[in-house]
Amino acid sequence: MAPDAPDSEALLELKGVTAGYGAGLILKGVDLSAGQGEIICLIGPNGAGKSTVLKTISGLLPHRDGSVTFAGEDIGRLTSRQRLDRGIVHVPQDRSLFPGMSVYENVMMGAFILRDQALVRRRIDEVSERFPIVARRRSAAAGSLSGGEQKQVELARSLMLDPALILLDEPSIGLDPKSRVSVFASISELARDGRTVLLVEQNAKSGLAVAHRAAVLESGRVALTGTGEALLGDPEVARLYLGASASERR
Amino acid sequence: MTEALLSVDRLTKKFGGVTAVDACSFEVRAGTVTGLIGPNGSGKTTAFNMITGYLRPDSGSIRFRGETLSRPHPAELYRRRLSRTFQQARIFPELSVEENLVVAAGYTWRQLFGQRVSAADHDRATTMLAEFRLEPLAALPAGDLSYGQRKLLEFAAVLMSDPVLVLLDEPTAGVNPVMIDTMEQHIRSRHAAGVTFLVVEHDMQLVMRLCDPVIVLDRGAPIAFGSPAKVQSDPLVLEAYLGA
Repeated sequence: MAPDAPDSEALLELKGVTAGYGAGLILKGVDLSAGQGEIICLIGPNGAGKSTVLKTISGLLPHRDGSVTFAGEDIGRLTSRQRLDRGIVHVPQDRSLFPGMSVYENVMMGAFILRDQALVRRRIDEVSERFPIVARRRSAAAGSLSGGEQKQVELARSLMLDPALILLDEPSIGLDPKSRVSVFASISELARDGRTVLLVEQNAKSGLAVAHRAAVLESGRVALTGTGEALLGDPEVARLYLGASASERR
Repeated sequence: MTEALLSVDRLTKKFGGVTAVDACSFEVRAGTVTGLIGPNGSGKTTAFNMITGYLRPDSGSIRFRGETLSRPHPAELYRRRLSRTFQQARIFPELSVEENLVVAAGYTWRQLFGQRVSAADHDRATTMLAEFRLEPLAALPAGDLSYGQRKLLEFAAVLMSDPVLVLLDEPTAGVNPVMIDTMEQHIRSRHAAGVTFLVVEHDMQLVMRLCDPVIVLDRGAPIAFGSPAKVQSDPLVLEAYLGA
């Protein structure tokens, strides 16, 4: 564990978490913590269990052993809806917009648990400012947007609850270079606002660059942790996880 | 000069009030790895969908290997040896990983149920599994694979079809960087063996290493075309896509 991660102040803490589908285990004892306002990036090979970690936190997949603690509360047996109420949102990797509904309607779905309509209107103005596509394509069917545009609308939707913890599964997937830069800038802003971001990112160079800390997941366990900067500069990490071309890219 | 392997002429597609592809013309010459880049929403995937028979153009024409493709159908294009991948990998989730590869070699269901898979194709599938490090997963239902693994499987399946032209839609999105290198090697080795590629990709370093020429789309039509170095320094491309 990195020295700059005081466990006592962790907003989110996973201890010995195991989870899987059917008889098999994907997570085999994951320990991970995140403080308020921190950006944590999870990297690792395809199939290592990165997306599964996010699912055990948002409740899409119940964990088996171990514990998931958020703001001092054991949330491991709460439903996804109860976790939403506590300010945990999850932007999954697969497309999750309703294709036949408009962009506006999709973003509004992000606020479906809110009753205060004035608050909802204020929030939609805020997210439209951060993601201009929400205003520009407001009435377009979400399914008519390109893959990258849909990703931006999903991010906008996730902010409607003003979440304390945002779980982002590959936020830069399918984004063109300009949009990618703006999404990573938004992620840094979210953290400056005091939100905690747990990020899964194959675009490891960009992910590690914005992250305060990072963890390498390998075969369902955290194999290595460190600051984003330290992992980016580690030749062994580069060789095993960032690829030969990644070192050329730097 | 010989005719291009693939050419599209004034291809147009509208969705409601939005013209996704707007009188778009370009060519893919045989033996190239041609890059197709552009901002989100510039029409790259829509162009792919029309070329591969998943969408009918409003107007315009498509020629492949010297013949006009009127109302192309994916299965027919498979027989003509034009294959593609999707941003969200399309695999058979209930078939095993290995079966997904064998199916892609062109067997009918009848042949598969009769277990008449040739030893050669079985060997090819086994080799492919090893190359993409999918061997330990060979017997698993493909639906159990992670997002990135599905993309690798789909890519391997496309290669099983022995294509002449392959259209790749964001092959490396969501794929681990180490595996991106593997995919790049596969594209290069198939290219060396004579396969032509048209690649939509946002990883600019990969595009610049791998593709020549590069076509840049914006608002449904090309705004630049040429070597990676040329398009990279084109002011229109910087403005529309790369960000100055």
